[in-house]
This record gives sequence, structure tokens and C-alpha cells, in this order.
Amino acid sequence: MPKQSNLLPGSAWLKQAALLLLLLSSAAMAVEDVVKFSDESLRPRYQQLLEELRCPKCQNQNLADSNSAISQDLRAEVQRLLEQKLTDAEIKEYLKNRYSEFILYRPEVNRATWFLWAAPVVLVLMGGLIVLRLSRRKKNSGSEEADLPVRSTDQQQRLDQLLNSPKQGSE
Amino acid sequence: MNRLTLFVPFALCLALGAFLFFSLGKNPLDLPSALVGEPFPEFALEELHEPERQVSTDDFDGQVLLVNVWATWCFACRIEHPWLNSLAEQGVAIVGLNYKDHRKLAQDWLGERGDPYQFSIFDPRGVLGIDLGVYGAPETYLVDAEGIIRHRRVGVVDERVWNEEFRDLYQQLVDDANAKTE
Repeated sequence: MPKQSNLLPGSAWLKQAALLLLLLSSAAMAVEDVVKFSDESLRPRYQQLLEELRCPKCQNQNLADSNSAISQDLRAEVQRLLEQKLTDAEIKEYLKNRYSEFILYRPEVNRATWFLWAAPVVLVLMGGLIVLRLSRRKKNSGSEEADLPVRSTDQQQRLDQLLNSPKQGSE
Repeated sequence: MNRLTLFVPFALCLALGAFLFFSLGKNPLDLPSALVGEPFPEFALEELHEPERQVSTDDFDGQVLLVNVWATWCFACRIEHPWLNSLAEQGVAIVGLNYKDHRKLAQDWLGERGDPYQFSIFDPRGVLGIDLGVYGAPETYLVDAEGIIRHRRVGVVDERVWNEEFRDLYQQLVDDANAKTE
């Protein structure tokens, strides 16, 4: 009797865990079709290519994520080309010639895309420059107060007057 | 001078704002086409109505023509179809590319709605589709007498689209082709 009561919560926990696993697994197998390769060493390359190729129909998904008809076809095409011993670069070129550069999630550097590639470097450099200048200015002003305008004695007198006058008035 | 540099971030913001604002009007579905200016890809596929007949680019016969990608599962193709019929009546040569479809369904569909195509390429597996860079239906390609693709339209070609994108170019290509043969 005591044995059984010990067992029950345990099996309930197991059930819950199994259920949870089941739920998680559905996310993992959401899109991938079952793909068979003549040579298993092609599989990592296949996965990599699907990550880097964009679905032409569903613009913000790659071929691995998308389940549209055209993505299924293109996955099959990538698989076929891999089996034909094409290199990754050749496969990308093949698809680029048909679907334009749009299909590459990592665009090549050319006249239309150089700005995309250069922008991060340029922006970081610009930011660095600004930070450098600001910190230098701070250092200078901290050491010798060089930035403060020089006031003539006339101005200084008037300033003292202005600063002191309300106090005198209130007393 | 120093004063003016203060306006640099403002100017940059304005420029970015202008860029983003004018980009709003662009349709992100208009992909650049890799094949405009390139020869129509070679193919050897069955004809839709005559399974024993193989068709290829030779069957384009040096005509200026439209290649229209369509399928019975494609809803927009139903909207497009009447205009294709009327184009065919006006004497525009159109070749159908039946894309990822069933032969029987496609034949019935054309039987019901009229067949504007000189002939129909039957591409149940989308092989030619991939070579053309097709990613949906309908799509329409304008091919010149040399077999070079001169224009591509993704989506429906109706009277408005024809007048805006195709008519003048088509006429010019036809004139060019006539001038050459004379």
C-alpha cells in the first residue's frame, strides 16, 4: 500500500514530462521534410544552404523555415544539385541566375550592396571618432578651463552687480 | 562653421526619413528579375493537349510572344484569363505554361474558359518553372523574335497592366521583327 502511493506521483510526473517532450518535438519537426542523401556528409551542407537561401515567395523566411510550395521545390532542387556534386558556390550561382540575387540572404559585394557591407564599419568608425573627440574636449576643459570665455573687467563688474543686486533688494 | 556641423545629424535624419518615405511606395514583391535580357531557357516538355508531342523553344517559331504561367489551382489566373482570350483575339501570340498542375484538370479548364494559347507547355513538376525563376502563378514573359526575354510580369496581366507595361514594348518588338524580315 505505501509502495503504491509512492509510485503514483512518480508516474504522474513521468506522464507530464512525456507530454511536455511531445509538445516540444512538434516544434522541432515543423517544416523539414524527410530528406535522404546518398552520402550523409551532404546533410550539413544542405542545412547550411537552406539557412542562407531565401524563399522568393515568403520574403522574410529562408528555405529551411518556409513551407510554401516554391520552397519545397527549391529544397528538392538544392538536394538534387548537391547529389550532382556541385559546390555550395555553384548551387548559389545556379539559383541566383534564376531567382536573381534576392535569393541570397548573404548578398555578394557589388555596386548595389557595397553600402550594406560598408555601413557597419563606417558607422562604428564615425561613432568612435565622436567619442574620441568628446572625451578629449572633456579632458582639456577639466585641466585648464581653456573653453571659458575671457571676460573683461567691465563685464565682470556688471556680472557681480547683477548677481548681488537681488539679494540686496530682498534684504 | 562649428555651428553648421550641429546640423549634420539633423540633415542625416532628414535624408533617412526621405529615403524611408519614398521606399514606402515600392512593392516589396517586385523582385528584380534575373532573366530579363537573357534567352528563354531551353526545355523539352510535353504539350498539354497532345502528350506524345514534345515542345521546346523551337516551337516559338521566331515569333514575338507572351509566355503565360498558369495553373488551375491559381485563383488569380481565373481573373486574368478573359484578358488573355481577348489578347489572342487581337492577334497576340501567347504560349501557355501549365505549371504544377494535372493534365485533365487543365484541359477541362481551358475547355470551359476558352484556350488563348497557341500551344501549352505541360510542366507538372515545375522544372521549367525553376529555370525561369517562377515563384508563383500567374507570371507572364514577353519574348522577342530572337527568343530573348524582354519583360516579366509577376501577377495578373489585365488591360491596365498590358497598356502600362506591355503594349508599347510588344509593338516595338513586332515592328523590329518585321523590319528584319523585310
